Amino acid sequence: MNAIGRFLKDVIKNRAMLLFVLPATVWFLFFSYLPMFGTVIAFKEYRFSDGFLNSIINSKWVGFDNFKFLFATEDAYIITRNTLLYNIVFIIFGLILAVAMAIILSEIVNKRLAKLYQTGMFMPYFLSWVIVGYFTFTFLSMDRGMLNQILNFFGFESIQWYSEAKYWPLILVLINFWKIIGYNSVVYLAAIMGIDKSLYEAAMIDGANKWQQIRRITIPMLAPIMTILTLLAIGRIFYADFGLFYQVPRDSGALYSVTNVIDTYVYRGLKVTGEIGMTTAAGLYQSFVGFILVITSNYIVRRFNKDNALF
Amino acid sequence: MKGDWAVFRKRKRDFHQLTPAWNILFNLIAGIFAFACVFPFLFVTIISFTDEKTLAKNGYELIPDQWSIEGYKYVFQTGDSLFRAYGVTIFTTVVGTVISLIFISLFSYAISRKSFKFRNFFSFFAFFTMLFNGGLVPTYIVATQLLGLKDSIWALILPMAVNAFYIMIMRTFYSTMVPDALIESGKIDGAGELRIFTKLVLPLSLPGLATIALFSTLGYWNDWFNALLYIDDPNLVPLQSMLMRIETSMQFILQNSQNSSLSTGLLQNMPQDTSRMAMVVLATGPIILAYPFFQRYFVQGLTIGAVKE
Repeated sequence: MNAIGRFLKDVIKNRAMLLFVLPATVWFLFFSYLPMFGTVIAFKEYRFSDGFLNSIINSKWVGFDNFKFLFATEDAYIITRNTLLYNIVFIIFGLILAVAMAIILSEIVNKRLAKLYQTGMFMPYFLSWVIVGYFTFTFLSMDRGMLNQILNFFGFESIQWYSEAKYWPLILVLINFWKIIGYNSVVYLAAIMGIDKSLYEAAMIDGANKWQQIRRITIPMLAPIMTILTLLAIGRIFYADFGLFYQVPRDSGALYSVTNVIDTYVYRGLKVTGEIGMTTAAGLYQSFVGFILVITSNYIVRRFNKDNALF
Repeated sequence: MKGDWAVFRKRKRDFHQLTPAWNILFNLIAGIFAFACVFPFLFVTIISFTDEKTLAKNGYELIPDQWSIEGYKYVFQTGDSLFRAYGVTIFTTVVGTVISLIFISLFSYAISRKSFKFRNFFSFFAFFTMLFNGGLVPTYIVATQLLGLKDSIWALILPMAVNAFYIMIMRTFYSTMVPDALIESGKIDGAGELRIFTKLVLPLSLPGLATIALFSTLGYWNDWFNALLYIDDPNLVPLQSMLMRIETSMQFILQNSQNSSLSTGLLQNMPQDTSRMAMVVLATGPIILAYPFFQRYFVQGLTIGAVKE
């Protein structure tokens, strides 16, 4: 009784702040927490019936059957493989390219030119994936695209890009880098600008050349932010950028073997094929493994360097 | 002149800087990549001004044989759906950004206050959503079956309104930029919490809010996913989603043209490719023109976001 009394007293004392958090809290309940409980659908044979609660309650409990069906299909393997492999490439090479580009921009002698380059590189970040899809089409269209025109010019046959799966891993990787490297390098560039200049002066007095300075000062000073961003990316390694894998290949069925990722699979399961239970199972598999990955990677970083960890 | 050259040479030999050869190489790498980033937009613009017959004959070219503004003419003739889509996008962007700002700034301010008893609970409440989520299907079912968002303009606004990551950024911002003494002095002067927040805290946190506002504006402007999920009504289709629908066929734009007498004969004569590319240019134009001005703030915002508490 006393505990409840004290709690109520705290509520009254903090009522203003509680009102402040109210709108976003309601939002979180509806858009984050209720769906978390909604994952119970993954263990049911979902049937739409009258209203939200009724649908969930009236659906038959099937235990892990949805998961069994999911992992019995070849799809489960393909979407896991695609999601993981693309993300690994994005994380490793994305990090190297973004840091390299930030260092290049920071070292260019003419600062105005560097600024101009940076503005150019930043542009793709402002465009939606739909637009990027159109851009891609101007290069890859079978009969009008620029790439086939170039191929023809050199005497090669045209290629039906939107139905040849083997080219797409490279295309998607390139387009992803095209879109995000400029943005990511800005983050690192900002960090480089924040490095204490006296460090470089001291290094120069000791006779360090430019490369030694980059290796011994710039990169180590970037390490914390590199770790944090990589950690965030590893935590999201089971999530793919839906736009990249849906818009850019124009949802072309011939390419599914290399463009289907967990997110596109779940979307198609929901909107196209209507396999609600199995699709929810795929979504839950994604969230659950993602959760484990964030916790684990954060734990590992904590053990090495507490300051670099996320939480 | 000679003096300038001497200064120039002296600067070139500066030990702080790269050697000229490396400088040229770095300029080349950065310059080529920057050009590659901008080029596709120039290319689409050129295509949109190409004559449709030339296009059919030669494909997409950098320097077309025949220029034309037919594509744009048709878009403006049958453009009701384009303008409606503009309207939907502008509405969702403005209303969405305002809602986001209100929800996020209030929540993150409360959890930044050390005197708030439940701050740890609510911090975790928000943070946990970054770690785990229900996934697309349950979210979709809650939104459509419980909240009734199907074919509602709110389906384009609410799902994106709050973002735990922005809350974390704003919390850090408040706790570093707003001194406790300020809030205390406000209290001593007899101001209530809301007054303290609006009169003292908000003015100080404008840079942080501006950052969130920009990211949120960009998010709403570029969103097509929520429309793909929730919107079937052609009157509620936002810009990006409309571009998506006309990707393979101009049918959508004609179906929704109020000039139905016009549209019957139009489909055959319509310069399909150039019109489509003209729409891409018209839809992308505002953001391309605005982004060099916003870039500075984005960079600042990214720096704020990089600060960890």
